[in-house]
Amino acid sequence: MTSAAGPITAGEPPASAGLGAKSRRRFAGVPYFLLLPGLLWLAVFFVIPMVFLLSQSLQTGTLETGYRLTFHFATYSDALSSFGHQFLRSFEYAFLATLLALLIGYPLAYAIALKAGRWKPVLLVMVVAPFFTSFLLRTLAWQTILNSDGLVVRFFRSTHLISLTRALGWTNGDQLLNSPLAVVTGLTYNFLPFMTLPLFASLDRLDPRLLEAAGDLYATPLTAFRRVTLPMSMPGVVAGTLLTFIPAAGDFINSQLLGNPKTAMIGQVIQGYFLRINDYPTAAALSFALMLTILVLVSVYVRRSGTEELV
Amino acid sequence: MPATSGDLQLSSLTKRFGPFTAVDGLDLTIPQGSFFALLGPSGCGKTTTLRMIAGLEQPTQGEIRIGGQDITFDKPYRRPVNTVFQSYALFPHLTVWENVAFGLKRRRAEQVDKQVGEVLELTELAGLAKRKPAQLSGGQQQRVALARAIVNKPAVLLLDEPLGALDLKLRRQMQVELKRIQTEVGLTFVHVTHDQEEAMTMADTIAVMNAGRIEQLGAPAELYEHPATTFAANFLGQSNLIRATVKDRQPDVATVALPTGTVRVPADRLPAGVDEVWVGVRPEKISVSGDAGSEQAASGPNRIDGGVVTDASFMGVSTQYLVRTPWQQELTVFEQNRDGSGIHRVGDRVSLSFATQHTFALDAGQDAEAGIELDSEVVG
Repeated sequence: MTSAAGPITAGEPPASAGLGAKSRRRFAGVPYFLLLPGLLWLAVFFVIPMVFLLSQSLQTGTLETGYRLTFHFATYSDALSSFGHQFLRSFEYAFLATLLALLIGYPLAYAIALKAGRWKPVLLVMVVAPFFTSFLLRTLAWQTILNSDGLVVRFFRSTHLISLTRALGWTNGDQLLNSPLAVVTGLTYNFLPFMTLPLFASLDRLDPRLLEAAGDLYATPLTAFRRVTLPMSMPGVVAGTLLTFIPAAGDFINSQLLGNPKTAMIGQVIQGYFLRINDYPTAAALSFALMLTILVLVSVYVRRSGTEELV
Repeated sequence: MPATSGDLQLSSLTKRFGPFTAVDGLDLTIPQGSFFALLGPSGCGKTTTLRMIAGLEQPTQGEIRIGGQDITFDKPYRRPVNTVFQSYALFPHLTVWENVAFGLKRRRAEQVDKQVGEVLELTELAGLAKRKPAQLSGGQQQRVALARAIVNKPAVLLLDEPLGALDLKLRRQMQVELKRIQTEVGLTFVHVTHDQEEAMTMADTIAVMNAGRIEQLGAPAELYEHPATTFAANFLGQSNLIRATVKDRQPDVATVALPTGTVRVPADRLPAGVDEVWVGVRPEKISVSGDAGSEQAASGPNRIDGGVVTDASFMGVSTQYLVRTPWQQELTVFEQNRDGSGIHRVGDRVSLSFATQHTFALDAGQDAEAGIELDSEVVG
């Protein structure tokens, strides 16, 4: 708006200055008007459900008798004391999956962005390809991959890796399926594209001439990576880790299909309370607590990584 | 010529990209402390030469030595060479100060603060040390790129079209500034450019490159006054080239026949052993007079009579004429607006005259059009 109003008022003789001011006033409401659809969308799909969820978490009653808002804050403390383990486990698994996805996704994105040449589009499609089938089916496929007489299990057994993972409590007896390892693997796999794509976007923007300049200024390839490539890809790292960590922390499919009761995550608990037990206040309280915790963690993380402009 | 301590020596340096030869057996010695320009049109191999010196490109053949030490296959980060890139390639995530300190820190230099401070002072950037490159103007970014390179005191500083992205006024200003800085720090500057004026303003020595080879090498004035090839004659400034035949060779001066009339050429500016030549004269060396006939002494300047003005553009300091000769060739003439006397009009009959010592001759075996228009091309 200022760019449109600027040329009208600038350099205008004083006599007609009133006209310029008037026309500017006439258009002053336009930006707010243009914001309306977005605000409406936010209200309907974000604010109202959020208020509803908050109010639900403070209600008492049953599905049969109906719920009344009684500001029953005890639901929060009861839910958190019963499901503290699942709560912590969710963040632990989400953290591990995010770390693994970063370790796999960074070299992948780097190779696609800087080394793939004409194969770049093909490789990008391959990163996105899993989205063509459903999340549920892909997770079920991992049951087959990890099942008790599959290749992966046989590899783990023949290399005795299985005894190591069992000792660490990552696997379940001499099986891979229904173990923490399987859940974290599933999470990593399912959210890898969300890590890879933002990383690719930031690495693809990197001007290779900057790396030439770093080399010219006595930086070895490793130093050039540490001092130029890595810092310049930080927005991608932050975006990728957020896009992986947030949904992974609330995930309820992977632990259900690839885990066992001892690997239950908070998403699974919430799903159970909403759909099977029909205890809406507890489910809503857990949802709200999960959301607040993620919000706090994310703000600290973003502040720490020095990329506030991202959010 | 034996190499002294820090001379840059290129010997039969060659680079081929598949079937294309970008640089073709270059032999060159660039003395320590000189301001050397590689001048040529885009695609002539000058940037490839620069990139080979920087280590960003591997030569197919040949050697690069600095002060006698072979660096041909050294990694870029091991060479005592720094580059000012055409795109500047400043690190956008670092401040001006951090950009300039980058090279020093990699080499674990001492007194980084002091050295960076001095260079920022020299390049008039002291007040901008905390800014990021995106917050600077084009001219300021250019100075950061320069500061970032010279702070390392390299044996050779390479400049790849460093002023290409600046507007004309800023470019003029930076030309003067670059020359001042070079004189102050005393480093060897190797400057690649397609802008002949830029090369002539700054360099002590210019090498005119064409198609991977050096056409001519020398001081700016020498190259301009004594072009050795039609390419050099056309690329460095403008030249009028007239087909002629040598009639008579005397020890000091030769007579050559134009399509109509004859002119005299100093014997030392005539290629040996050929009789078919291009006679050349620079546009500003020609004076135009009304077709009055015989006002000039017979032993005086060379004359071309019977010309007709076909175009006259008044440009303030000078007037540019196109004059058609009796053999239907159009010659370009720049006449200084020294006395404010009126200009000749289109259709006027005029005589052209120029001094013998301003006349040169080139082997007619070359293309008279070589190098024309290439200097105005935009480098891609």
